[in-house]
Amino acid sequence: MRRIISLLLENEAGALSRVAGLFSARGYNIESLTVAPTEDPSLSRMTIVTRGSEEIIEQITKQLNKLIDVVKLMDLTEGGHIEREMMLIKISTTDGNREDIKRLSDIFRGRVIDVTGSTYTVELTGAGDKLDAFIEAVGRAQILETVRSGVSGIARGEKSLNI
Amino acid sequence: MTGADIFVRCLRDEGVDFVFGYPGGAVLHIYDALGQQDKLKHILVRHEQGATHAADGYARATGRPGVVLVTSGPGLTNAVTGIATAYMDSIPMVIFSGQVPTHLIGNDAFQEVDNVGITRPCVKHNFLVKDVKDLATTIKKAFYIATTGRPGPVLVDLPKDVTAQKTEYSYPKQVTMRSYNPTVKGHTGQIKKAVKLLLSAQRPMIYTGGGVILGNAAEPLTELTRALGYPITNTLMGLGGYPASDKQFLGMLGMHGTYEANMAMHGCDVLFAVGARFDDRVTGNIEKFCPTAKIIHIDIDPSSIAKNVKVDIPIVGCVDTVLREMLDLLKESKQKPGHDALKAWWHQINEWRGKDCLKYDDTSELIKPQYVIEKLYEVTKGDAFVTSDVGQHQMWAAQYYGFDKPRRWINSGGLGTMGFGLPAAMGVQFAYPDDIVACVTGEGSIQMCIQELSTCLQYKLPIKIINLNNRYLGMVRQWQEFFYEKRYSMSYMESLPDFVMLAESYGHVGMKIEQPADVEPALKEALKLKDRLVFMDFITDQKENVFPMIPAGAGLNEMILL
Ligand SMILES: Cc1ncc(C[n+]2csc(CCOP(=O)(O)OP(=O)(O)O)c2C)c(N)n1
Repeated sequence: MRRIISLLLENEAGALSRVAGLFSARGYNIESLTVAPTEDPSLSRMTIVTRGSEEIIEQITKQLNKLIDVVKLMDLTEGGHIEREMMLIKISTTDGNREDIKRLSDIFRGRVIDVTGSTYTVELTGAGDKLDAFIEAVGRAQILETVRSGVSGIARGEKSLNI
Repeated sequence: MTGADIFVRCLRDEGVDFVFGYPGGAVLHIYDALGQQDKLKHILVRHEQGATHAADGYARATGRPGVVLVTSGPGLTNAVTGIATAYMDSIPMVIFSGQVPTHLIGNDAFQEVDNVGITRPCVKHNFLVKDVKDLATTIKKAFYIATTGRPGPVLVDLPKDVTAQKTEYSYPKQVTMRSYNPTVKGHTGQIKKAVKLLLSAQRPMIYTGGGVILGNAAEPLTELTRALGYPITNTLMGLGGYPASDKQFLGMLGMHGTYEANMAMHGCDVLFAVGARFDDRVTGNIEKFCPTAKIIHIDIDPSSIAKNVKVDIPIVGCVDTVLREMLDLLKESKQKPGHDALKAWWHQINEWRGKDCLKYDDTSELIKPQYVIEKLYEVTKGDAFVTSDVGQHQMWAAQYYGFDKPRRWINSGGLGTMGFGLPAAMGVQFAYPDDIVACVTGEGSIQMCIQELSTCLQYKLPIKIINLNNRYLGMVRQWQEFFYEKRYSMSYMESLPDFVMLAESYGHVGMKIEQPADVEPALKEALKLKDRLVFMDFITDQKENVFPMIPAGAGLNEMILL
């Protein structure tokens, strides 16, 4: 099962390594992990995408809650939620494919944000599978570089993770 | 006040009486401050591992946090084994480590290691203090975290410049942390369900662990168990949680548990687990564990519940308060334990008991290690503090010394650290100078922290060392005998020292005992030497094995018996 776990944690040196260390020490897998401070500078918001059986996910959330730096935790996948990931992708262009790439990025609601004689750099936001689909559509052979932010997520509706 | 003076004042205001430590460059300011006062006693060990085990032994015996002070670099790395030992057994401990000055951190400075990074996986939490203004609050937080919830070691890393900086002293009376609020009270609905299930049991079994000792819950546990009339077993860490001499006690369970305890676990229909964590040494093959049981589990740590086995009624909370609440419900309840079913169950258990699984050959011409422990029990009237190292001797001590009280049995259960016994005994003896403290050890383990004999002389600690000398790394040899066709690879201890001379050279009394008939007189004589450390070297049967034994992969009902 794929799960998106959101955390509020103390914005303190070492908090990230406590979370990362927990995952490696206990052999849990991390598909992606993003972290940045929130509107309250003393708190960071972290989004972890992980996979595991129900028992493993239960252990992961319990073990995370046990970390002293973790203030609050929510498993976003337990309810309605929105997930987004941002990708910057540099594509090699020729006279022959420039139009196609532009059209593709329009279809995917991307934006070309940098252009040279032989490259386009496209910015694209969406759920992970949309970004995967764009990569497939462009074709690996054309791709010079991809940078993905990892997933950020938020609950739908009035539910929110705050203190 | 300087950071160093603040440090000393904080510990005094926290009520600390002993600091176990060893000096070095990064902590010289602190040692200077320590040396100019005499309220806070500093105990100088001979190796930092000894400091951590001593603080650990002190904590296990008293329930108060053990305190350690070591220098940066090798001082801290030497302490890591002891910190991990305390972590695995959830022992409250606060470790202060020196660190290079803040402006040198990350520079590969002399005696610099990343103390916070190295200890992160084996502490409950750790701190690096970067500003003297944060020092007092951080120390308060460290003690708060170490001693509340599921206890554990907390490290505070102190850069040298922070201990020289000055600020005003104020020690907070208490601290709150928005990210740390351990649960104390159990869920009332769950507790009611648990009592109901317990009372409906046909073949009940109570299984309790170190949580009962750490949570000071032996009293309500004993009361509840007696009120129910149910059989009870303790884990290695839980011994003393229920009086071993009581007829409802089935002995220890698990890999070297008794036949009756393991069979009753396997056959029960309701298992009541209290402050125990279903460790692999207890459950055997998890697939075969308690196949017919509904399980109730009380633990302070939610992550201990449903980690290894599925639980029907989980209760998160302090074992002490939850057990007292259950006791009240039980008294009010009209429902009583099923009389006939319970009678039949006890009948079955007594049949298992009839196997007398702890019997051993008592006609041998050689000293049997079990016999030494039995005699130790007799001459100390079952009321000594017993520490142990790790190996066969540890299991024999656990099996044959019947602990009637909590905090009397002190051993490294989770990490299984050889070298623990002697320094742990020092910590206990500091806390209880007038009580008998016996360290049951083997000739392998004792050599791992033997240097602490010197500390014992300095502070006149009259520990009684019971060395069960089988000239083998016995537990390793036993596994090689059973599972590696007797290929005894590296398990023979050659070139052993003469322990009598060794003890004497450290200024202690040494005795060598080679005949069964001499065991009891030697123990009595040693106990008469009230103010001396006595090292008793018992030359025991070399090939004695620990029984019963559950081999790896087997279920609790598949024991190897003698
Ligand atoms: C520090 C450490 N190293 C290795 C081991 C593995 N080990 C477990 S028991 C044992 C043998 C202990 O021998 P001894 O102290 O003589 O006790 P005996 O088993 O003979 O009673 C060993 C090597 C351990 N538990 N701890």
